Amino acid sequence: MVYIVGLVSIVFLALAFMVFGRLTNVMKGVSTPEQGEEQYGSTSNKLNGAMFMVFLIGGVIAATWSFIHSTQYFLPQASSEHGRRTDTLFWVSMAIVTGSALLTNIFLFYFAFKYQYKNGKRATYYPENHKLELYWTVTPAVVMALMVFTGWQAWRDIMSEAPAGAQEVELIGKQFNWIARYPGVDNNKLGNYNYKLIDNNNDTGIDFSDENAFDDFTSTTELHIPVGKPVLIRIRARDVLHSVFIPHMRVKMDAVPGMPTRFWFKPEKTTEQMRNETGNQAFKYEIACTEVCGRNHFAMRLNLVVEDEGSWKKWCAEQKPLLTSFPEYASRVPANLKAKAAKYLPTVDSTATASVGSVAGSGSASLR
Amino acid sequence: MATESAVSTLSVHDAEHDHHDHEELSFLRKYVFAEDHKTIAKQYLISGIIWAIIGISFSVIFRLQLGFPQMKLGFLRPLIGNWIDESGKLDPNFYLALVTMHGTIMVFFVLTAGLSGTFSNFLIPLQIGARDMASGFLNMLSYWFFFMASMLMFASLFLETGPAAGGWVVYPPLSALPQAHLGSQMGMTLWLSSMALFIVSQLLGGINYITTVINLRTRGMSFSKLPLTIWAFFLTAILGLISFPVLLSAALLLIFDRSFGTSFFLSEIYVAGEALPNVGGSPILFQHLFWFLGHPEVYIVMLPALGITSEVIATNSRKPIFGYRAMIASMMGIAFLAFIVWAHHMFVTGMNPFLGSVFMFLTLIIAVPSAVKAFNYITTLWRGNIRFTPGMLFSIGLVSFFISGGVTGLILGNSALDIQLHDTYFVVAHFHLVMGASSAFGLLAGVYHWFPKMFGRMMNEKLGYVHFWLSFIGIYCIFFPMHYIGIAGFPRRYYAFTANDFTKNIFQDMNSFISIVAIVTFSAQFLFLYNFVNSLIRGKKATQNPWQSNTLEWTTPVVPGHGNWPGEIPAVYRWPYDYSKPGAQNDFIPQNVPYSATPESNLPHENELISLEKAIEAQNYNDQFKQPH
Repeated sequence: MVYIVGLVSIVFLALAFMVFGRLTNVMKGVSTPEQGEEQYGSTSNKLNGAMFMVFLIGGVIAATWSFIHSTQYFLPQASSEHGRRTDTLFWVSMAIVTGSALLTNIFLFYFAFKYQYKNGKRATYYPENHKLELYWTVTPAVVMALMVFTGWQAWRDIMSEAPAGAQEVELIGKQFNWIARYPGVDNNKLGNYNYKLIDNNNDTGIDFSDENAFDDFTSTTELHIPVGKPVLIRIRARDVLHSVFIPHMRVKMDAVPGMPTRFWFKPEKTTEQMRNETGNQAFKYEIACTEVCGRNHFAMRLNLVVEDEGSWKKWCAEQKPLLTSFPEYASRVPANLKAKAAKYLPTVDSTATASVGSVAGSGSASLR
Repeated sequence: MATESAVSTLSVHDAEHDHHDHEELSFLRKYVFAEDHKTIAKQYLISGIIWAIIGISFSVIFRLQLGFPQMKLGFLRPLIGNWIDESGKLDPNFYLALVTMHGTIMVFFVLTAGLSGTFSNFLIPLQIGARDMASGFLNMLSYWFFFMASMLMFASLFLETGPAAGGWVVYPPLSALPQAHLGSQMGMTLWLSSMALFIVSQLLGGINYITTVINLRTRGMSFSKLPLTIWAFFLTAILGLISFPVLLSAALLLIFDRSFGTSFFLSEIYVAGEALPNVGGSPILFQHLFWFLGHPEVYIVMLPALGITSEVIATNSRKPIFGYRAMIASMMGIAFLAFIVWAHHMFVTGMNPFLGSVFMFLTLIIAVPSAVKAFNYITTLWRGNIRFTPGMLFSIGLVSFFISGGVTGLILGNSALDIQLHDTYFVVAHFHLVMGASSAFGLLAGVYHWFPKMFGRMMNEKLGYVHFWLSFIGIYCIFFPMHYIGIAGFPRRYYAFTANDFTKNIFQDMNSFISIVAIVTFSAQFLFLYNFVNSLIRGKKATQNPWQSNTLEWTTPVVPGHGNWPGEIPAVYRWPYDYSKPGAQNDFIPQNVPYSATPESNLPHENELISLEKAIEAQNYNDQFKQPH
């Protein structure tokens, strides 16, 4: 911080002096009207030419310093398989484009400085050179083709169908939090949903006429996933657009109302491992929103817990299916599946079941 | 020399002028509801400058929030009232409104209307040798539709619920659901109405530019002799004409969804405690429609700036623009490709990944003509005799921004890399440099360069230099560090970076630095404003051709009257870039000088063209003033 403030003050002091210097010149300029070609060989022209070189050198130093200074804040190495691949691609591409931007900027500023106006000099009449033009059309085209090809290969792999056996979870965006829904511990299948079934308790609109939904459970505080195994996130939104962003996993995908999206990736490091690696015992993976969604867009966040499969399974087993938490939804279970659903309902005798059913009936009626 | 002949006709000017103007125009028709392209250009310029002040000051307010999140902003209360709460904090809703309005104003009202509106109107008739636009009346309508759009947008700033606040891209469903967002209430209605009028204005203007360039070129002004500015304005107008109607349709459908219960963009929504009946719509459809304009829009903003730069760099390097034909070809390439790359804004919206691959390839192709343009500018400087006028400085600055901001487009256009960087500050850095700052520099270069022709006076050069260096260094200091913030994963349009651990407590000094520089750079623009107004009143009187330039506008009187040329419109015999031609007496030969007058400098193939001069002079079909009216 101190360095930055110092640097800034120096730059602006220098600029301020320049302004005053120039302003006094302006006053002088009024008394000596310059005419014709004379004015272009003047000090102003030389100064502006020199400034381009000063800017070039100062700019390169400032860019280098600020980059080195900033690296400490960049995200740690990607914690997912595809993330490491795109990171490598990113830095290679970045090196190529930074190099070419630097080179062309050097030519630009150096030529501006070198070929500044001189009295009596004549510019070179040089309207075209087809060979040169061909070279610099083809060269960037080839370099870009290589970059795009490697990028395309990565993109194709990242966007491919999730491998069989991938662990599915669902992430639902709403103003202004994320809801995770798990396929449950018994059948490991996400049940159907319908947005019209959403109410205060059933905040993801689980459709209990589908037997796969019986063991589904949700969480609004944390998303738990197992490490070392492909994870397929099924993404949807309840109200407006959101976008799932897991910075450490290099994952991003919009959540769109009415159009489910998905993203699969393979997390490679558990939260615990990251804590040890970064030396930050409070480290948490996070999920943020990157599609503007209203007032609290900036605070829409969910913790992501990556753990080994054993503790993940254990955690899942501890969670209560929604049907268990809110047995009144049993009324939505079709008659032929009542027996299957009974497993998730609190153990009751036959008379109690009837009463639960009637309570649920009135409950859901009022909820509608 | 043509310059002399133009001066000699000055004396007949008054007589001719009176002959053409049947009566003196009333004040209202001359300055307000004017049909003269030069007056309309000035109207656009001044509106653009006012909008720029408003638009940039919005960014200063949200930079205060981002740079100094703890700061008590109570002192802004006289300006923005209750959007600052009791504890001196900026309201998060209003933060989004500021971001949205900054984008909308800068992209549409400043860099589209202010840039194209000013320079297409001003330069097309003057540089192609026409008395005025094809239809002065439509041209006037174009400005006044823009004015109405401006008024609506301006009015929306004062609504109790605030102006539109869903980002300048106004993606539904957020923008379609008043119950979801404060900024989607009346503010959004006004935004959509304003944009509809704005599009009408753009279409009226665009049709006029295209017609004028095609039909009203003077004798001998073939397309292969057009200055690159005109090529740029011409292609820009075509881009606008094809893409703006698509935005209009998107806006209309959104209006339907908002007000008439249709479901074009809405499906399966549960908001504010109730499930909406809409099903079957697609928010992605809106994004496709929006970016079908939105992407060409960045070239609508960029091409005129590049055109202006071509002209200014050639004139002040005293060299022909390098690769004139390649420049035209690249602009045509850019204009064509601009229509088939839009979905690179949508790689992670859930669009089919295969489509993403296609758009990635197309996007990276567009980088080739852009690179060619940059190389050609640099080669134009090579072995030139460069005069650093303020216009020239801003043009060189533009090329630098265009390169530095452009290269990161290769990263973002790569869909695999875009996954991580999409909607982070990396994107903000990229487009502000390549399109925002560059085209703003194009606008400023144009004002400095053509101010003498607009107002008959010179701008103060020294103030121009200071303005340039403060802006140039300032803009780099603002946007360059944003790349780092983006690489660290900071999402854009965030009111504060306090909620997430990965953004908490880092880069705060960097954000403060950016905000300070933003304020300084904004303040530096008032130097320009002072210079502009002061030079208007007290500036040194301009000569007829102060930059010793070749194009036709400099053959008109110092301040061209209605009809631009007092006598005949000059005929054109050569391309506009005969600077420093070997053997020539001066280091410039204006376009209206026939080859027969310059035997000492003619190239062999040009000597053959002398025989065509009689035929060129014999043509006379485009002078509107020759028709009875």
